[in-house]
Amino acid sequence: MLTKRIIPCLDIKDGRTVKGVNFVDLRDAGDPVELAKQYANYGADELVFLDISATLEGRATTLEMVMHVAEQVNIPFTVGGGISSVEHVDALLQCGADKVSINSSAVKRPELVNELANKFGSQCVVVAIDAKQINGQWKVHLAGGSIPTDIDLFEWAKEVEQRGAGEILFTSMDHDGTKNGFANVALAKLSEELNIPIIASGGAGNVQHFIDTFKEGKSDAALAASVFHFGEIPIPYLKKELKANHIEVRF
Amino acid sequence: MKLVIINYGAGNIKSIQFAFKRLGYDAVLSNNPEEIKSADKVIFPGVGEASSAMTMLKESGLDILIPKLKQPVLGICLGMQLLCEFTEEGNTKGLGVFKTVVKRFDNSVKVPQMGWNVIKNLKSKLFRDVKEKEYMYLVHSYYAEHCPETIATTDYGLNYASALQHKNFYGVQFHPEKSSTAGAQILQNFLDL
Repeated sequence: MLTKRIIPCLDIKDGRTVKGVNFVDLRDAGDPVELAKQYANYGADELVFLDISATLEGRATTLEMVMHVAEQVNIPFTVGGGISSVEHVDALLQCGADKVSINSSAVKRPELVNELANKFGSQCVVVAIDAKQINGQWKVHLAGGSIPTDIDLFEWAKEVEQRGAGEILFTSMDHDGTKNGFANVALAKLSEELNIPIIASGGAGNVQHFIDTFKEGKSDAALAASVFHFGEIPIPYLKKELKANHIEVRF
Repeated sequence: MKLVIINYGAGNIKSIQFAFKRLGYDAVLSNNPEEIKSADKVIFPGVGEASSAMTMLKESGLDILIPKLKQPVLGICLGMQLLCEFTEEGNTKGLGVFKTVVKRFDNSVKVPQMGWNVIKNLKSKLFRDVKEKEYMYLVHSYYAEHCPETIATTDYGLNYASALQHKNFYGVQFHPEKSSTAGAQILQNFLDL
């Protein structure tokens, strides 16, 4: 059976890991390659690198980092953050990234999803969607959640699926950072209405939250950052607990 | 040992090159028929859409060359599918090495299948020291139907051939280059053939 995936997410700035990575046994917690290898050894199923570099130089450095990760890490990884062109995606894939994640640029120019799917295949196109509830309606937000739009989450998700997205990474801004659990009602609706995998993001605080998002939220994968970086939830322990709760995981 | 990865423009071959590098082998990327013919081992990769990949193969005459190769050849993902007789993707005629056809998963499952699934019923030297039901990373929307050449199977809505072998030709649907240490073992086994 296809297993549920556990995906640590790393923020990268100018080729270095930023914010809160606190692994005791790492020589250099700022080195994304070192960290990625560690996660791969701990049983992470995939990795996501989110590039938050503000400058072109920073982005160039990220490309180099992608190359080093691809050289040394033997599990798949996705790169996201500030990607808006076919050329940029081409460069990332040439450096060895397995998938790319696009967000605001897809909303601004939805044809980008088609272009990427046609040129590189749906399997490497992840569309990330940030959304929060406004008067009970899930509305898509742009630019890291800072700009609200009138676009409905479910309509948008269906549109990008039609345009060739291979996967949806849904972050609930209502849940992100709360450590109170994932947005399972919305996730289950996405999973039922779409026929591509859904990655849950935002809200992971304890093991039960992962169990819930796989069972109630019908998520195909769960992404988290701080609970993994600070060792609050060691991945081997998480997987053992998931298995004990009859959730199929690679373990 | 001379190891050549066929480079015909289809998909991300860096990952495969890096995976062999981690095993201590430098693989050459090439679409040159002489270079490919002279290799000890050949990797036939592929990511993307079948009909356009086949067009690229034809443009360089590789569609004629590949089925005639005598040394061990490993088709990975789309590479394996193109070695079959036919694929529903773009209604594409394949290279006909494996006597089976490639079909699309129906919508009773999410498509693409993306992630880690187990391979079982392993029967080939390719799987030496790989345990039954080992996890492999897969990303695909089309699958090869069972045939006598099946050397591994996987369940996803149905049971399909996740690896095939015909004489010196091997094909794997999963990505050994992205499947952790067990995947690396399979690549090493291929080199040891």
